[in-house]
Amino acid sequence: MDGVAQLKKRLADYTTSLYDEGYLDDQFVQLQQLQDESNPEFVVEVVSLFFQDSQRLLSELAKALEQQSVDFRKVDAYVHQLKGSSSSIGAQRVQRACISFRNYCDDQNIEGCLKCLQQLKNEYSLMKNKLETLFKLEQQLLEAGG
Amino acid sequence: MKMRIILHLSQENDASQMVFTKSSPWAFLELHQWSYSTEKGHEQREEPTSWPVSGMGAHRFQGLVPDLVHGTYSFLGEGERRGMVFSVLFFLVRRPLSSPWIFHRLLISPSPLSQSLSLSFQICEELYLLAMEPCCIEPQWPADELLMKYQYISDFFIALAYFSIPLELIYFVKKSAVFPYRWVLVQFGAFIVLCGATHLVSLWTFSMHSRTVAIVMTTAKVLTAVVSCATALMLVHIIPDLLSVKTRELFLKNKAAELDREMGLIRTQEETGRHVRMLTHEIRSTLDRHTILKTTLVELGRTLALEECALWMPTRTGLELQLSYTLRHQNPVGFTVPIQLPVINQVFSTNHAVKISPNCPVARLRPLAGKYMPGEVVAVRVPLLHLSNFQINDWPELSTKRYALMVLMLPSDSARQWHVHELELVEVVADQVAVALSHAAILEESMRARDLLMEQNVALDLARREAETAIRARNDFLAVMNHEMRTPMHAMIALSSLLQETELTPEQRLMLETILKSSNLLATLINDVLDLSRLEDGSLQLDVRTFNLHAIFREVLNLIKPIASVKKLVIALNLAPDLPEYAVGDDKRLMQIILNVVGNAVKFSKQGSISITCFIVKAESLRDLRAPECFPVPGDNHFYLRVQVKDSGSGIHPQDIPKVFTKFTHSQSLAAGNSGGSGLGLAICKRFVNLMEGHIWIESEGHGKGCTAIFVVKLGIPESLHESKLPFVPKMTRNHRQTAFPGLKVLIIDDNGVSKMVNKGLLLHLGCDVTTVSSADECLRSVSQEHKVVFMDVSVPGIDIYEVAFQIREKFTRCRERPFIVALTGNTDRVIKENCSRVGMDGVVLKPVSVDKMRSVILDLLEHGAVFEAH
Repeated sequence: MDGVAQLKKRLADYTTSLYDEGYLDDQFVQLQQLQDESNPEFVVEVVSLFFQDSQRLLSELAKALEQQSVDFRKVDAYVHQLKGSSSSIGAQRVQRACISFRNYCDDQNIEGCLKCLQQLKNEYSLMKNKLETLFKLEQQLLEAGG
Repeated sequence: MKMRIILHLSQENDASQMVFTKSSPWAFLELHQWSYSTEKGHEQREEPTSWPVSGMGAHRFQGLVPDLVHGTYSFLGEGERRGMVFSVLFFLVRRPLSSPWIFHRLLISPSPLSQSLSLSFQICEELYLLAMEPCCIEPQWPADELLMKYQYISDFFIALAYFSIPLELIYFVKKSAVFPYRWVLVQFGAFIVLCGATHLVSLWTFSMHSRTVAIVMTTAKVLTAVVSCATALMLVHIIPDLLSVKTRELFLKNKAAELDREMGLIRTQEETGRHVRMLTHEIRSTLDRHTILKTTLVELGRTLALEECALWMPTRTGLELQLSYTLRHQNPVGFTVPIQLPVINQVFSTNHAVKISPNCPVARLRPLAGKYMPGEVVAVRVPLLHLSNFQINDWPELSTKRYALMVLMLPSDSARQWHVHELELVEVVADQVAVALSHAAILEESMRARDLLMEQNVALDLARREAETAIRARNDFLAVMNHEMRTPMHAMIALSSLLQETELTPEQRLMLETILKSSNLLATLINDVLDLSRLEDGSLQLDVRTFNLHAIFREVLNLIKPIASVKKLVIALNLAPDLPEYAVGDDKRLMQIILNVVGNAVKFSKQGSISITCFIVKAESLRDLRAPECFPVPGDNHFYLRVQVKDSGSGIHPQDIPKVFTKFTHSQSLAAGNSGGSGLGLAICKRFVNLMEGHIWIESEGHGKGCTAIFVVKLGIPESLHESKLPFVPKMTRNHRQTAFPGLKVLIIDDNGVSKMVNKGLLLHLGCDVTTVSSADECLRSVSQEHKVVFMDVSVPGIDIYEVAFQIREKFTRCRERPFIVALTGNTDRVIKENCSRVGMDGVVLKPVSVDKMRSVILDLLEHGAVFEAH
């Protein structure tokens, strides 16, 4: 029982920290609400899909920005997609990075875009780590019986 | 008639003769002794009788007939004069005894002229002729010849003259074509010629002349007589004409003189006119005031040959005239002269040029050098017209009363006087100057106005840009702050709601609920900060829906009770019994208003009680004197709710009441410790109340007397009251009511995998039957009657959602069962909302969508057919 309680506390703390640090926002809560008996793995599925999608988008972005003449509209479209995805799951920091990326895109500032891309990648990997950790904790809790 | 009778003795020997002059035909002479020559062998008569001679009168000799031999002789031989007939009567007188026979003779001559006749004729019948000398018995006068000679010469000259005068007359007649009486002259000529002829002929009658001469003489005389009579008569006839000629000549001369004068006048006028035209041209060729005046003075000086010409302008105060321009002085010293001088008034009172004395102050421009006589001075007024004068409809009457004075001085020491035409010239020029000056003034004014306008434009432009920058900055700031503020809020709300799920004691739960409510309230306040800026833009709209009126008040009470109990204030709520339970309106904002008002009441009361009264405004109490702008008109589907919050706190000074509703103002009378809140609350309340077509005001009698806040808002009466349909309480509480929509067919258009999955999951959670498509064609293909709602993500590239919506509408216009179309967008601009409603969409929802939001959206759609909330 103590283990469970501890685990629970750890999970709660971790979640809180995620919220506090701005990694997640309200939307994630909504997601969690959607998870019920009929859809037990909803959150994990959505998050995995998000990871796949983001991976693909990031590589596309890198490719697009390496071109001789950068097609900013395409870049903008990718970033928009990424923004949409991240906001759907509540990945707040990623979403913010996307917003600033879009600004640079509007200004057609290649250096800025590259910088943003880097930042985006960082945020994304951070996010990914955090979420994976979260899921692991949840898994542990589930296994422990909580 | 007098005549001389000269009797020549025709005898050689001496004779003592007598000379007699007789004046009448009958006369006789004294006998004289005579002796006669015996040339022919004169016989002596034997009868030596003689008769006494007496003077005048005729004597008939009686008794002497045998001694008297008389007879009549016509004049014969030489010496015929002018055709006159002389009869000679002679007597032979014999002296008695001793004396020989005396012959004497009487001559009868009707000649007008006394002439000397020398007659000699043959004696016949032993008659002897005697030459007689005039007058009494006088000795023969040998000086006859001298006189005769003189007479001869004079006659000659007379004749000469008589002949030369007609020649001159002929010459004159020939030369004068216009002389009307030529025939008179001809007559005169003839008359003179004949007279001359007569005289000439008489030259031959001095001595013995033949009958021819006599005939010639007579003819001449007759002709002369005729012609002279004719001339005399003619002259009489033509004298009136000649006189009238003279009169006419005089008349014509007068007329000519008059015309000359008039011509002189016209010429001077024309010259004046020319001068004026030239002056006017000069004056009007410039719009610069100084040039106008200078030119005027120069030209006037030149035209009229003035010595000095000066212009006095009124000063700003209008009490003095200042010397502004002169002709000779280049830099006039600023003489001033008070404007009320009589001479100046005299000049100003008429628009004619007035002669003034050279000694008056306006004319004394230079110090008199003492010796010379100053020339005449004339002054004329120049009206100064202002722009304001032309705003009256009729021409400006000379009520301007602002005149300048123009002074003109003739050169001194000249005898020149001001002529009428010169004065007229001056007057005309003064008028022209006035017009030109007013033009210049108008131009100056308009230039100034234009410059002013330009400046103002620039300033306005700057202000506008600054304002725009400020607004942009504010909006940016608000957007950022908004976001920054929302984040912790959401964290709080999220975590609190999460906490709610956990195990809690009842007190903890209560506390948690309060925390949640407060944080929701705070979230609402943050929203309202955004709202206020939108309120000011006018872009805020009320979220109208049906809600529980009583519940609102209960909530407020619950919220306020803790604070009030801390301050030991008693709160009483009175709801009127006829207050409906449900009403239609913006409950969130109504709650905000009530909370704000009650909160203020609590804040500013240190002790006492607070009473909240609510009732419906009746028709009788419609006209509230304290709210003149509010004219509530109750109707069938709405009513006016009146809420009164009375507190017993510090009160507000009546003068400060208006300031209370102005945002950010703070009454100084509040104690420093109480100034906890910003001044935003009441301003927002007022705006919301106005949006609800109501009115809010505060009544207070002063400090320490408490304060009553009253507001009236218009609320709708709900059409149907369904007990089962529970009213929507704003996001204060999260009720997990089971409002699922089993079997509701829904279509989602989204291409973003993640968000598609999330939304799908959401709708599945709500029990809907979800179909997802990712393109417009798929959508149009798969949409059918069964689908009740279509959710479209606005940001799907390549899809014009408006077009899709339009096409869906087209597809289903025939049937009534058209699915609802809702747009999902991350950006709720009014523009997007307008576009969506234009194409006939039923709602716009802001992403990200929470479960509750989705639920309420679907509920709204099913109930009302449109989505009310936008976020």
